Amino acid sequence: MKSVELHIRLTRGLVKGFAFFLFFALSLSSYSQEVDEARHKEGRKIYKSQCASCHKLDRKLVGPALGNVEQRRENTWLKAWIRNNAEFRATGDKDAIAIYEEYNGAAMSAFPQLTDQNIDDILYYTTIGEIKKKVVADEAGVANVQSTSNAPGWLIYILAAAIVVAFLMIASLLKQVNELKGNTAVKQGANLKQDLSELWEGVKKNTFLKVLATILLILIGIYIFFGTLFKVGVDQGYQPIQPIVFSHKIHSGDNKIDCQYCHSSAKHSKHSGIPSVNVCMNCHMNIAEVAETTVVELEDGVVLGKEELDKEIAKIYDASGWDVDNLEYTGVEKPIKWVRIHNLADFVYFNHSQHVTVGGLECQTCHGPVEEMEEMYQYSSLTMGWCINCHRETKVDLKGNEYYAKIHEQLAKKYGVEKVTAAQLGGLECGKCHY
Amino acid sequence: MASNKKYWKSVEELKDSPIVETLSKNEFVEDISTESFLGDKETLENSSTTRRDFLKYVGFTTAAASLAACEGPVVKSIPYVVKPDDIIAGVADWYATSIADGFDFANVLVKTREGRPIQIMPNKEANGTTSARVQAAVLSLYDEQLRLKEPTKGGEAISWSDADKEIAAKLNELKEANKSVVLLSGTMASPSTDKIIAEFLVANPNAKHVIYDAVSEDAAADAFKAMYGKRALPNYKLQNAEAIVSFGADFLGDFHGGFEKNYVAGRKSETGKMSYHVQVESNMSLTGANSDKRVVAKPSDVVFALINLYNQITGASVSSNATPIDGEIKKLASVLKKAGSKGVVMTGINDVNAQLISLAINKALNSEILDPNTSLNIRQGNFKEVQALVSDMKSGKIGGLLTLNIDPSYSLPNASEFTEALNKVDLKVALSVENNETVNAMEYVLPASHFLESWGDTHFSEGNYGLVQPTIQPLFKTRQIQDTLLKLTGNSTSYYDYLKSFWSTNVLNGASWNKALHNGFFTKSSSTSTEQLADVSIADAASLLKKNTKASAMELNLYIKTGLGDGKQANNPWLQELPDPITRASWDNYLTMSLADAKVLGFSNPVKDNGAINGDFAKVSVNGKEVTVPVLIQPGQAKGSVGLAVGFGKTFGLKEEMQVGVNAYPLYTNANNIQYGVSIEKVSGTHKFACTQVQKTIAGRHDILKVASLKEVTSSADPKHSWNKPAFVSYDHQEVEAKSIDLWDEHNREVGHHFNLSIDLTSCTGCGACVVACHAENNVPVVGKNEVRIGRDMHWLRIDRYYSSEVETREEAKEMGLSGGDLYKVLETEAENPEVTFQPMMCQHCNHAPCETVCPVAATTHGRQGQNQMTYNRCVGTRYCANNCPYRVRRFNWFKYNNNDEFDFNMNNEYGKMVLNPDVVVRSRGVMEKCSMCIQMTQATILKAKKEGRAVKTDEFETACSSACTTGSLVFGDVNNKEDKVAALAEDKKAYHVLDYLQTKPNVVYQVKVKNTNEA
Repeated sequence: MKSVELHIRLTRGLVKGFAFFLFFALSLSSYSQEVDEARHKEGRKIYKSQCASCHKLDRKLVGPALGNVEQRRENTWLKAWIRNNAEFRATGDKDAIAIYEEYNGAAMSAFPQLTDQNIDDILYYTTIGEIKKKVVADEAGVANVQSTSNAPGWLIYILAAAIVVAFLMIASLLKQVNELKGNTAVKQGANLKQDLSELWEGVKKNTFLKVLATILLILIGIYIFFGTLFKVGVDQGYQPIQPIVFSHKIHSGDNKIDCQYCHSSAKHSKHSGIPSVNVCMNCHMNIAEVAETTVVELEDGVVLGKEELDKEIAKIYDASGWDVDNLEYTGVEKPIKWVRIHNLADFVYFNHSQHVTVGGLECQTCHGPVEEMEEMYQYSSLTMGWCINCHRETKVDLKGNEYYAKIHEQLAKKYGVEKVTAAQLGGLECGKCHY
Repeated sequence: MASNKKYWKSVEELKDSPIVETLSKNEFVEDISTESFLGDKETLENSSTTRRDFLKYVGFTTAAASLAACEGPVVKSIPYVVKPDDIIAGVADWYATSIADGFDFANVLVKTREGRPIQIMPNKEANGTTSARVQAAVLSLYDEQLRLKEPTKGGEAISWSDADKEIAAKLNELKEANKSVVLLSGTMASPSTDKIIAEFLVANPNAKHVIYDAVSEDAAADAFKAMYGKRALPNYKLQNAEAIVSFGADFLGDFHGGFEKNYVAGRKSETGKMSYHVQVESNMSLTGANSDKRVVAKPSDVVFALINLYNQITGASVSSNATPIDGEIKKLASVLKKAGSKGVVMTGINDVNAQLISLAINKALNSEILDPNTSLNIRQGNFKEVQALVSDMKSGKIGGLLTLNIDPSYSLPNASEFTEALNKVDLKVALSVENNETVNAMEYVLPASHFLESWGDTHFSEGNYGLVQPTIQPLFKTRQIQDTLLKLTGNSTSYYDYLKSFWSTNVLNGASWNKALHNGFFTKSSSTSTEQLADVSIADAASLLKKNTKASAMELNLYIKTGLGDGKQANNPWLQELPDPITRASWDNYLTMSLADAKVLGFSNPVKDNGAINGDFAKVSVNGKEVTVPVLIQPGQAKGSVGLAVGFGKTFGLKEEMQVGVNAYPLYTNANNIQYGVSIEKVSGTHKFACTQVQKTIAGRHDILKVASLKEVTSSADPKHSWNKPAFVSYDHQEVEAKSIDLWDEHNREVGHHFNLSIDLTSCTGCGACVVACHAENNVPVVGKNEVRIGRDMHWLRIDRYYSSEVETREEAKEMGLSGGDLYKVLETEAENPEVTFQPMMCQHCNHAPCETVCPVAATTHGRQGQNQMTYNRCVGTRYCANNCPYRVRRFNWFKYNNNDEFDFNMNNEYGKMVLNPDVVVRSRGVMEKCSMCIQMTQATILKAKKEGRAVKTDEFETACSSACTTGSLVFGDVNNKEDKVAALAEDKKAYHVLDYLQTKPNVVYQVKVKNTNEA
């Protein structure tokens, strides 16, 4: 029920259509050429393990861009440089010294272990570049076009039930009326209109039916009214559009980054902490673009490909003031304004470290399968009933924590259980969370 | 002794006042305010809002509210771009620093959250103490109203570099013209700043440094210089004292600050050793209220009594006058002689001769208590030099004036003269944290950083150094005073580097800077012993003193309030709302007057129907100056004397709500706190006091307090049958001990923690630091003068003050056969010098809590750890709990006190809100609140232990009030941990529960107040 810009379903069709078109166009434009795949694969392998931390194909990183480097330098020159550039420079090669000075004397490591074949493979790879896979614009996104209704599920059931009941009632009444008239389903079609008006007259005169209908309406009304009221302030499923399309699936699911690498305060503090931009930059200083095949499929069916996702990464650079061309911080910082998803009321005190560090809970227990979420949403209801339930049911494993040693023994004896629950430890007291 | 004493709270109770009678039966006066509207038929009928309109409004607002509630707000979270390593959102960082604002000096710890200082606590390792003012200083940091935000020239903004350039050029001009330049500062007690100023004076030989303190101690400093050759204030080691005799020295309330810890350390009955403290004074001061014996005398008699004591002790016969208290002085002389080197005399008379006599008495006693070696380097102001400066300015001799964070245009007795003379000064520069009258009159205004944003060092007493470090980035475009001075001297080093190198060469002696910075203090043993130098002629001093003491029919004793002090923090709502410990009045200063004088002069303090008191105005004239102030009748005020607090009546730039009281500085002629030849005239008008004095009567429950004498406590008699009798109740027609019967089932208290708070009434001086600490920790709102007046103050913790005397109630006096005029006379005499007892009162966290039983929605419940928990989101505001609470500690949110222009205090502006504690919710309108026993702090302590996988350490639990209490009166802990101090205290023979006959079984336990009545 938030007034934030949520995904608007009306525009989805258009966006999807556009995405489809884009994909199609892209797949057409992706060229193919004759490639020695084995060589390319070998070169790519070595490149990724030895070179990629400092070099990119198409842009400067720590060292210069290596795409088509063979067109710029002699093969022998390159081999000499790669094997041991310091030695090579000592020979007084002007180009070598020039490039050394261009990068402010940042020496490249020596790779004496690389054979000529290895280096040639690498160079082959730098010439060919990444082979773009043909993208078939079918599976991703478009196939999954399906519209889901906005209305809550229970409402549909009720309406359906009401319609069925009404239909049955009408049908039985019709039958009765027909039977009373002595008709035996002969001129059914012709008399339907007349029958219906007669039926309506009958219904109008039948007090019992009126009362029944009124009661039914009131009950439905109450049910809807309370159902709505209980939903007020409960934002389960809240999934606002964030300033950066950040996919937890890619980071935590595909790349298996630990939750607490970014949300590092969760183990120390009441807040899990939204990572500061410098944490992003730990990795993204070197990861300016996603792989060709990476796609992020948003909840509303929009599929973001490499082009869009690279723009999202660029937003981090913008925020942190990272100058991609000169590889330095400009000092112009623009903090990112994330939209907070999990909002507890002011009068609730919740502490992450109590649950994460002391209780040893997995983040997923409350936040759901974050590693599968392309877009983060509120998984749990975060209502008090939800908290209390967990406190009632969770047996607390306190082994190895000296704080609990005495109190657990006493409580276990008092309640006659082996393992006490959080509730038995006092986790249901109002003052534990409200102050 | 404890049982036959009766306690009272106001002079009104002594009279046959029907209102007091009503109030004593009707606890809640608050409901009257609704009646005043609804009960008044005329108002109701004349109201422009008809009943129909009213219903329309109600309907509309309800509908609007429910519609608005359906849409939750969108919350943005903005993380750092580069997160500092030591900041974890949600985890507090503590920094050790010091405060030295020219009036208050203390080593403190500052709690910061997400880079915002939110609380100041004493640095107990450094022997630091905090007063209410020091505690509240954190709010002054966020004073958006008064803080200067950028450098200005003639009211127009100017860049720092331009200002530096222009001022330096002008200083140069003045140097070449050899026109004198004066640096006018308050006491900074900072050795590195002293050096910077010295360098400034070297660079500008035409410059001079004058120190000015609004509240002057220069008589004491001059006397100390005459005796010991160093301009400083004497230090007293009161913890070793056997007899303390103070002549008007309010060393607990003000004096030089920081004595209460040692004072209380020397008054522990459990060791059997307790100093005997006699206070000779005219105003009822905080120190007098704490004394074992209070001798009341008008100021001139106090002076003569001091000389008489000198004569008695030394056997000399220097000239003096006889006083009505000579008999007492004789006794005091013998007490002091008996105590010998363990005796000490202090005086607060701001006259160099009186100070000399006091030093001479200590010398005659061979007092070890007065320690000249650790003299205090605070309150260095030199009033004579300031006056010379003003006359030089008037005669046009001063070419340039730089004021460093002071406001002489407000606080000088001849302030208007000073402000006028400013016109004759060419270069006028104000370096100031806050805007004020002086700043307003200057050409260049250079905003200085608050001490919480600054680097610095302190040297409060010989050998005790402290460091000041920033706890927040400067909020505005400010620069430290030291940096500005360095710039003007032409020194390009930053003050931080300067300070570091100064310390490594002059202070640290090879010790680690980082460690000193971490600790916030550094102790250096000083080998210099200050020997007495000159032999000062006391006979001359006495005759001069006698000459200066122009005894008159009415004399004025100016004093300092614990709340506002010298008035520097007048825009601080916490301090304004802090009730005066003695009069219990907040948001005001007033003329304190004895009951007898008030009767003669026709003043009274009628109690109005809502329980608040009113006062008449008096025109006070002295030395040709006049002020008009309301009168408050003060029991214990000496006949023929009146008292008036300075520090009020500040108006410049202050919020309208804060512009309260009357400026008494114009009466502070010659910086002397005692003024003779005062005339008082009643003038028309009625003043409304915001006084929490009568509102909460004790409803005849007189055994709230228990006081015993040292002799009783140390005797072998069973306290249960003598001075700490348990309550008895009638059960089955038999008197049985109250605790043997109970209405409720016993809780099981064995498992886990069980918190108790012990309050030692002997150690509580009533200073009020805990009250402000509670405000800061628990986001207690400020409600303003009008709300306090009608009894809606929100203090979770209040310090009740009870007067007591041997004959107190009318009934008792009638029993003694007194009636009519005699009766009144007896009571009146008793009111001349009552005993005073302070009792901090907060939620008692009853194990059998009456409030819990009556809550219809179970919003207040009992925790296993002993805390009575208040769940705000569950509360529907029936106020049944408050009605059923025998301790009257529950506070109701009559209004929304945040984001409400009607309550324009710190919770109504973006800066002021930065002081809020993020761990405690800001309460909404219509809910009850009260002391939570700092459950957020106990929970945090437990969580810390859990995270570290250990048991909670001994005495690790703290509450805000117990950490703020420097005298150790408030002790908090877990009684289930037998090692905790509080476990023993809860079982102590002095321990008792307030109203124990109700069997509420509180978790707050009081210790009987012990007085050393010096019975041999």
